[in-house]
This record gives sequence, structure tokens and C-alpha cells, in this order.
Amino acid sequence: MSMAPPPVLEVEDIGVSFSGRTILDSVSFEIRKGEFTGLIGSNGVGKTTLLRIILGLQRPDTGEVRVLGESLSGRGRSLGYVPQKVVLDPDIPIRAWDLVALGLDAQRYGFGRRTKAQRELVDKMLHDVDAERFANARVGSLSGGEQQRVLIAHALISRPKLLLLDEPLANLDPKSVQEIVALLHRVASDNEVAILLSAHEMNALLPVMDRIVYVTQGRAASGTTDEVVRSEVLSKLYGHHVDVLKLHGRVLVVAEPGAEVSDIPDHPPLTVA
Amino acid sequence: MRIFFEPGFFSSQPVQTAAVIGAVAAVVSAIVGVFTVVRSQSFAGHALTDVATTGGSGAFLLGLSPLTGFIGGGIVGGGAMELIGVERARSRDVATGIVLGAATGLSALFLYLDATRSATTGATQQILFGSIFTIDPSTVPTVVVLSAATLLVVGVIYRPLFLSSVSAELASARGISLRIVGLLFMLALAVSVGLSSIAIGSILSTALLIGPAATALRLTRSLRTAMVVACVLGISTTWLGILFAYDSDYWDPSSQGLPVSFFIVAIVFLLYLASRLSVVRRLAGRRDGGGPPLGAVPPSDKDATPVGAAV
Repeated sequence: MSMAPPPVLEVEDIGVSFSGRTILDSVSFEIRKGEFTGLIGSNGVGKTTLLRIILGLQRPDTGEVRVLGESLSGRGRSLGYVPQKVVLDPDIPIRAWDLVALGLDAQRYGFGRRTKAQRELVDKMLHDVDAERFANARVGSLSGGEQQRVLIAHALISRPKLLLLDEPLANLDPKSVQEIVALLHRVASDNEVAILLSAHEMNALLPVMDRIVYVTQGRAASGTTDEVVRSEVLSKLYGHHVDVLKLHGRVLVVAEPGAEVSDIPDHPPLTVA
Repeated sequence: MRIFFEPGFFSSQPVQTAAVIGAVAAVVSAIVGVFTVVRSQSFAGHALTDVATTGGSGAFLLGLSPLTGFIGGGIVGGGAMELIGVERARSRDVATGIVLGAATGLSALFLYLDATRSATTGATQQILFGSIFTIDPSTVPTVVVLSAATLLVVGVIYRPLFLSSVSAELASARGISLRIVGLLFMLALAVSVGLSSIAIGSILSTALLIGPAATALRLTRSLRTAMVVACVLGISTTWLGILFAYDSDYWDPSSQGLPVSFFIVAIVFLLYLASRLSVVRRLAGRRDGGGPPLGAVPPSDKDATPVGAAV
């Protein structure tokens, strides 16, 4: 009888505090090969901190992260990452093609030209993310959606098993959001790459999300959308009653009047996720 | 030919030495300068010229070669700046300012002592504004070796340096050590400043470091091309400066010639101005329905929202 392969990502009992304030408290979840997982929570709940811990850029106070069954030292090339903010100056001549190519070998010291196969791989990757038409353009002169495509190609070219994206849909227009989500879904399916995408709004991801990790007040609930986005689960997570409404294929998380709703994703007056 | 080259220009030993050292310094400054501009470290580059002044004036006081002082001072200052603050732009900025202030104070002391105690006249002028025609030809091999070593270091760290210059976060996520790359680049920058200091003086070496690089970055489509163009601009500028300074000896027989550093800085400034003007012209052309600016993408029906736009 063959053993089942380990999950691509295992986050186990992660806890982090800053200056006495708990950011993450016993956060645990798993992601398996090819799964599309949304890391959902409002701004400031610790999504970026969690991604930085997974990347090995920050140490948790408690808990452990394993990628393909290995702890920090073996993580390296298994992870691709698209950060929340990359400020690209349009006055600096960095071509989209060059940025994608750096995804192959930026960590390598020393001399050596890229091989023909490597150059073709860069072209193919730009083609796969529908970015070949601006391959020679300055990255800083591209629109937000176009820059996201280039950054996704940069992250994917080293063939990672897990792609982490930190708020890639923020500041994009609705059409671009749809296109980027569709692109990521296609990439995940074609290459069997697991995706963990952080966002403060879940509705755009509902059609493609296999799993959700819902973070609030330092705690997290994970599972399929139907398992997690339920009144009982979220009320327990928030510590007060919330209702979950499903309307026209969208989900609304609504707090009871007078409840503290500041940490309900993407919602000032009365809620919504 | 006589119109451009006064008698004895090509056969002059000082001119030959100046041409070699000027070209070598220009190449190193151009390559390092491109990354300095991309990394937004022009202020650090300028601060290093002041630290190089401290080293140069101190070396003069001790009877050592100014080149030793320029490079030694730059390495110590650059290393200190990188080690004090590298994690955040603000701390890096503060570290640069602290080192700059301390170095300038020491320079004031050393230059005062040079002027009052040294038997050699013109120390201050030589250190601050250079004296490329008085460089001993025996310095050439040292300059060439140092330049080759600096270019080798930049070549070895080229890819990690490139990505960390674009985005420190992307580089960190790939396991690149920002501290090692930053320190090695700062050392390369220090040597580059030292080399250009002996060519046009420590105080003006920023011009050779930033000017050709910034001009090239405005005119090209890729970093590699920018480095080649910056080298061509740097060498041309330096050689033209040497030519004009040599010729200026003949412009008014009753006075001495003008300094090389003035001509080099003036040409660098004019080149950068020209690159800005051409950009303005292109922008005007776009408003009138002309072609897109260099590197721009034709308007697309997809993803029209720029970064930062509200949804």
C-alpha cells in the first residue's frame, strides 16, 4: 500500500505577538497539490505576517511550517511569491522579460549567459500569462493588471510547488480582478501548483477557491468555503454572532447591530466579506 | 585637426596617462553608477565622495598616495553606512547622513592641516577638484587592477544585485542575502568613487558616477544597454574634458588652462539636460497624437487601471 504524498504546505499551531499584542494565535491549516486556497481577512489581521512566516522571512513565536514535508532549510525553490507592493519606477529601464528571467536565476552568483532553452522558457512563461505583447516594455510603465501578470510569471518560472500571493487583487479594476483570478486558476490546474492567495474580499475567488483560510482576531478557520463560511463557524471565530447571507452567488457576512465589526473583511458600516 | 587638437596633444605623456585613467574611472563609474541610480543610492554615492575627501586629505597629510586615501576612506565609510543601517530606507538615509557629517568634519581638519603644515602647495585644490594631468604614470597599473577587481565583483553579484535593486522583498523571498549584496555593492561604489576622485577630484566625482548613468537610463530599454551607453558617455565625456582642458592652455596665452574637472562636469550636465529635453519632446509628441514614449506599451483594452487606482 503506497503512502499518500505529504501536503504541499503544513501550517501547524503558528503564534505571533508584537509588543504584547497577539497577531496570530494557534493558526493551523494544510494545502494539498494543485489546490487554490484563499487566505481571507480584513487589513491588519496578520495575513502578510503569515505569508512571511511561510516564506521563512519571519520566525513565529510558536508552531512550525513545513513545505513538502520539509522545514525552513529545504524550502527554497519550492515556493513562488508575489508580494503586496512592488514599486516599479517607469523611469528605470527594466523590461518585463528581464524581470521574468530573474525568476530563473536571480539567486545565482557568478557569470554565465542564459541558455537558449532558458530564454525560450521565459518567452513561454510570458505567453502563458498573456504578457508576451509587453515583454520589452518597461515594467514600471505597465498597468496594475499587466504588472501582476509579469510578477506571476516571475514567481512561476522556477516551477514552484506552492505559489503565495499577497493581496494581488488590491487596486485592480473588476475586469482585471476576474482576469487575474482566471489566470491563476488556469495556472494552478495546468501546472498542479498549489496557490495561497491573500485577499480582504472573497467573492471574486468563490468560483475557483478549493479551500479557504478565514483569519480574524488572530484566529483562523480553514476548510472548504461551505464548511467555513457559515454563521456558526464565523460567529465562534469573531466571538459574537454574525450572519452569513448568500445572494446571487455572492457571500455577505453581516454582524448584529452594535457588534464590533472593524475586522470583518472589507466592510465599514455593517459588514460583508 | 589643428582646430580641435593643439600641438603636442597626442604625444604628451600627462595626456596619455590622463586618458587611460580617465577612461578606466569612467567605465567603473558608469557600471556602478547605473546600479546606484536604480537602487536610489545617489545620496550615498555623494556621501562617499565626502568620505573619500577625508581619506584623500588624510593620506596627503601622512605623505601617502591620494588614491590610497580616496579608496581607503571610501571603503571604511561605505562599510560603516551599510552596517549601520540597511534594513529600511529611513535608517539607511540616517546612517548616510551621520557618516557624511563626521567625514566632512574630519576633512575640514585634514585640509586645514594640509594647507598650513604641508610643504606642497595646492593640496586642497588637488583633493577636492582633481589634477589628472599631474598623476604619476606608475599609478596606471594600480588603477587598472582595482578597476578590474571592482568590475569582477559587480559581475559576480550581477543577478542578485539586479533583483534586490528592483525589489528587496522579491530578492529576500528567493533567499538572497540583502546584507551581503548591499555590502559588496557598497565596496564597489567606494572604489569607484576613489577612482573618479583622482580623475576629477573627490567633490566632483558624483558627477561622473551619476551623470552618465542617469542619462543612459533615460535613453535605453534595458539595464545592460544602459550600462554600455553609460560607459560610452563616460569615456567620451572624460576624453572631451581632457581635450578642452589641454586646448584651453592656448586660448589665452596670458593665463593658465582651465581645469579638466570643470569641463567634465559641464559636459555631463549638458548631456543629462539633453536627455531630459528629448523626453519632454516625446511627451509633447504623445499629446499631439505622436508615438508612445520609449518603453511604453500601446494602449490595451485590458488592465487599463494603473497601479494604485481606486476600484
